[in-house]
Amino acid sequence: MQIKKNIAVSDSGFVFDPTSGESYTLNTVGVEIINLLKAGLHEDEIKHKILEEYEVSASAYDKSFIDFVAMLKNYELVEYAD
Amino acid sequence: MKRKIVVAVTGLNNTDNPGPGIPVIRGIRDSQLFDVRIIGLAYENLEPGIYMHDHVDKTYQVPYPSTGSDALIKRLEYINSIENIDVLIPNFDAELYTFMKSSKKLLQMGIHTFLPTLEQFEERHKANLVEFGQKYEIDVPFSTSIFSEADIYSLPNSFSYPVMVKGKFYDAYIAYNAEQVKMHFNKISSKWGVPIIIQEFIKGTEVNVVALGDGTGQTIGAVPMRKQYITDKGKAWGGITLDDAKMLELTRKTIKATKWRGGMELELIKTNENRYYLLEINPRIPAWVYLAVGAGQNHPEALVRLALGEKVEPYSDYEVGKMFVRYSYDLICNIGEFEKLSTTGEL
Repeated sequence: MQIKKNIAVSDSGFVFDPTSGESYTLNTVGVEIINLLKAGLHEDEIKHKILEEYEVSASAYDKSFIDFVAMLKNYELVEYAD
Repeated sequence: MKRKIVVAVTGLNNTDNPGPGIPVIRGIRDSQLFDVRIIGLAYENLEPGIYMHDHVDKTYQVPYPSTGSDALIKRLEYINSIENIDVLIPNFDAELYTFMKSSKKLLQMGIHTFLPTLEQFEERHKANLVEFGQKYEIDVPFSTSIFSEADIYSLPNSFSYPVMVKGKFYDAYIAYNAEQVKMHFNKISSKWGVPIIIQEFIKGTEVNVVALGDGTGQTIGAVPMRKQYITDKGKAWGGITLDDAKMLELTRKTIKATKWRGGMELELIKTNENRYYLLEINPRIPAWVYLAVGAGQNHPEALVRLALGEKVEPYSDYEVGKMFVRYSYDLICNIGEFEKLSTTGEL
């Protein structure tokens, strides 16, 4: 899974999809995860980094991450390599 | 050095349901090529553009299109004898037919236009949209024209509610049952006449393209936009330019196939399955054209150049993510201005 190449993400957490014209706002952790996805990190690597950085249990992270990814899919912000 | 030209423009009704006149004028005034004198042509004496003296140098009242082309030509002959108009840009759907029919006479007077041909104008009519889609292999919603209330109850079984009820020029309402169709039929037909178009309702996001064809099949410019805020009349109050290759491809295909001449607006619905349905082709520059100018494509300037017979290189780019937000503004005017226009037909 990767963030579509044309999706713009600013440091402030503003996300702009130029194909649909929709924009979204992310919190700090959301921005970090999106940027890690954009950098090409695998989901397991992202999980490892977030768990290291924040005081969060693996199960709480998994639940939030699944919700977050579902949202990204719903808004068509991600694509999958063939 | 900028070239002096005189451009006459209609559609000065810069209201909450604006005509394209003022945005067209802003585009031409932004031109680095032209030093322009703008002549406003107004039907009503409270069209706001009449009183916007930064935009319109002088306004003349003109007769309604329904009075026929002879009266219009006569009035334009008078105006032209004073103003020496180089280019005329009509901006209302309802007046286009009259101007297209009169384009040769206008040219004899030295007034250039750049309008679709009568054939192009007719075949893209809402009432002919199904045939248009079949001819050019473009997805369109199923639709049919009705001429009386009785026709509502004999609509084809292929229709399921909701449906869109549309006037031949303006107005569109959604109807969830036959009673609502009847209500909208009466409302629209009393204003715009018949036929009324009943159109399949396609669920999705409304997106639009402003475009300009040079009459040979070439697209001079095209900018796609999504309405971000829509008024109760369905008009955009805010919008943003999109990076959408499919919309641009569909626009180029339409212009190439029809050899479209002049400005146009494609109204499209993008479904959740990313299919595009063409809802309408408006055969003129839309009121949101200044977004295209702001994004790097000055369609009004290009249209003026095409009208003058110049070769115009197609725009290849525009800025994605450029937005417009409309606003309303109270102009303070003196009664003397209103009086002058009302009594002399000029201001």
